[in-house]
Amino acid sequence: MRTETEMAMSAGVSLGALRKGAQAEIIALDESAAVTTLDVGELERRLIEMGLVEGARIEILHEGFPRRDPIAVLVGDSTIALRRAEANAVMVRRLKD
Amino acid sequence: MPKDDGISIRPAGPPRIALVGNPNCGKTALFNALTGARQKVANYAGVTVERKEGLFVSPGGTRVKVIDLPGTYSLRARSPDEEVTRDVVLGRRADEEVPEAIVCVVDATRLRLNLRLVLEMKKLGRPVILALNMMDEAESQGIAVDAAELSAALGMPVVPTVAIRKDGIQPLLDQIDRTLQVAKSEGLAPKSAPCGWSEPSARDLRDYHVEVETILAQAVGRPSRPHLATRRIDRVLLQPAAGLAILLMLLFLMFQAVFSWARLPMELIDGGLSAVKAAIDAGMADGPLKSLITDGIIGGVGSVVIFLPQILVLFLFIQILEDSGYMARAAFLLDKMMGGVGLHGRAFIPLLSSFACAVPGIMAARTIENRTDRIATIMIAPLMTCSARLPVYTLIIAAFIPQRQVLGGWVGLPGLVLFALYAAGILSGLLIAFILKRTVLTGAREPLLMELPAYRLPRPRNVLLGLYERARAFLVRAGTTIFALMVVIWALASFPAAPEGATLPAIDYSVAGMIGHFLEPLLAPIGFNWEIAVALVPGMAAREVAVGVLGTVYALSDSGDAMRHSLAGLLAHSWSLPTALSFLTWYVFAPQCIATLSVVRRELNSYWWPTAMFFGLTSLAYGASFATFRVATALIGE
Repeated sequence: MRTETEMAMSAGVSLGALRKGAQAEIIALDESAAVTTLDVGELERRLIEMGLVEGARIEILHEGFPRRDPIAVLVGDSTIALRRAEANAVMVRRLKD
Repeated sequence: MPKDDGISIRPAGPPRIALVGNPNCGKTALFNALTGARQKVANYAGVTVERKEGLFVSPGGTRVKVIDLPGTYSLRARSPDEEVTRDVVLGRRADEEVPEAIVCVVDATRLRLNLRLVLEMKKLGRPVILALNMMDEAESQGIAVDAAELSAALGMPVVPTVAIRKDGIQPLLDQIDRTLQVAKSEGLAPKSAPCGWSEPSARDLRDYHVEVETILAQAVGRPSRPHLATRRIDRVLLQPAAGLAILLMLLFLMFQAVFSWARLPMELIDGGLSAVKAAIDAGMADGPLKSLITDGIIGGVGSVVIFLPQILVLFLFIQILEDSGYMARAAFLLDKMMGGVGLHGRAFIPLLSSFACAVPGIMAARTIENRTDRIATIMIAPLMTCSARLPVYTLIIAAFIPQRQVLGGWVGLPGLVLFALYAAGILSGLLIAFILKRTVLTGAREPLLMELPAYRLPRPRNVLLGLYERARAFLVRAGTTIFALMVVIWALASFPAAPEGATLPAIDYSVAGMIGHFLEPLLAPIGFNWEIAVALVPGMAAREVAVGVLGTVYALSDSGDAMRHSLAGLLAHSWSLPTALSFLTWYVFAPQCIATLSVVRRELNSYWWPTAMFFGLTSLAYGASFATFRVATALIGE
């Protein structure tokens, strides 16, 4: 059982801030939190198309080099690689660090 | 809409089906299994997207055309490839009839991602068959997919297949027969639903996802688990720094193989061309026709075709890396570093290929979705030292660089100079990419967002078919445009012919010679003499041709290795060291290759970019050579 403080702490964390091994559940997509030059709504749609959608369980499997970027994320049965800049648009609830 | 419209637009030819699926779903393997070697590859008009078509005879005796459409995650097209897929299935392309039926290929181990496209395809209102591919892997991963349940949930026929083993192909053919039969009878009175597809919004995409989850709950008994072997391999290959080191080692091995494996076949081609040349020499009377055949055609096109063995070895590696699933990892590992100069992780394959020859390298840049990223990659591809430059480098190094050991006896000075020449090309290429991306080629930075597919053992058959396709595309280029350009350059170097009793080499009297003499004062500041200036014009055909022309200009009577040897000796006496260094520098940068420029024109469908490439790189070459010549002269004297 999670305490309320834990819930509050884990709210508003973005996928872009997680480290290798972290497990989480996607709670929202928020394009405005990411740095992108794509048209409005485009990044959100691309993320959904790759399975990064509300309710999906994710786990960060690998980190790139240097600066731990990009990241490889296990989403359902697929592994998706993305840059942290775009991963910032994915809001998650941490399940395990 | 009048009823008979449906009949009048139907072509009289065989019915056609289109293969559609996500990338890495085994679509190409299925295409190969269906059609075997009966494939035709062309290009869609106006775009450099390959159009793959095959033919098979169904069990019912119908000849069926199959079109293998580029892989996509969505009908919301984002790249020229995906636009072709969208336009073909929507019937928007004038040069492609709407297929009678669509075979949607899905990877049974990744249904969650794959089924969304299937739902989109269903909206088209055309007959869709689902090929549930990679069923063997799904079973070994403990994923229990109920094909009958899936068929009921999706409302379309589902056929389990293992395309790489040709399992399930017969039932799929039977199903295609049945579907086409129904489509044919309905074709007289179209009953299929009208096209209900429109570009999905984020909300629609979420709805698709919910629908997929419902279907999965219904049709998949046990939930899927990630591919364990892939996770284990990735734990090693995707380590941050070590993974990068492994990648670089792999590239180094590949590079070694390109040069060592290809040496023998290249010598054979060289020998074969020389033998044909000699035979024509002996059997034909002297004259323009003989010169056209031996010097223009065999010499010119031969100088490009000779790189075919290197290109094949390179393509073999690339094909294996692609089929095994490693290529996406390489892009992942290099993304941050390439991103530092504004390039996409995928740019590294075109650049790597360019070390053999820029022509296939530029063609390989098609995989880069974003146009500005693609242009930047293409523009720096000629700066990667192609193997045509090696004969020039080795000649000059042999003539001017003493065999001395440096760095404590570990490295020979000639080797170090060669390395420096390669490094100069790479570094300046990255610098130019950096500048281009910050000035003229600004715009959207393409997100990486790519799937890392499960590792798979490449199938020899599919590797060979892929290799054949790439080799064919290269030879077609060499046989058409490049051939025509070679003939033009030969004509420039041959006409007008030398007058009776001429004392100078014949090329001196030709148009190329005149251009050379005209250029001489321009090239004097960078230390080039008129012999070099004359050699540069035919050298446009291919860089290494300059070596042969220098031999001609210095009127050496030997040929082949003997000529190269005596030429090196001669150059050592007649050129100063600053001139030699300036000449090497020139070769690092100068866009001295008409084949490259013509491929750039075609791939980018623009005259502007090859023109910019020519003038940009020529100015760069001039500036760098000028600096080299002046600094060298100041340091060591004339």
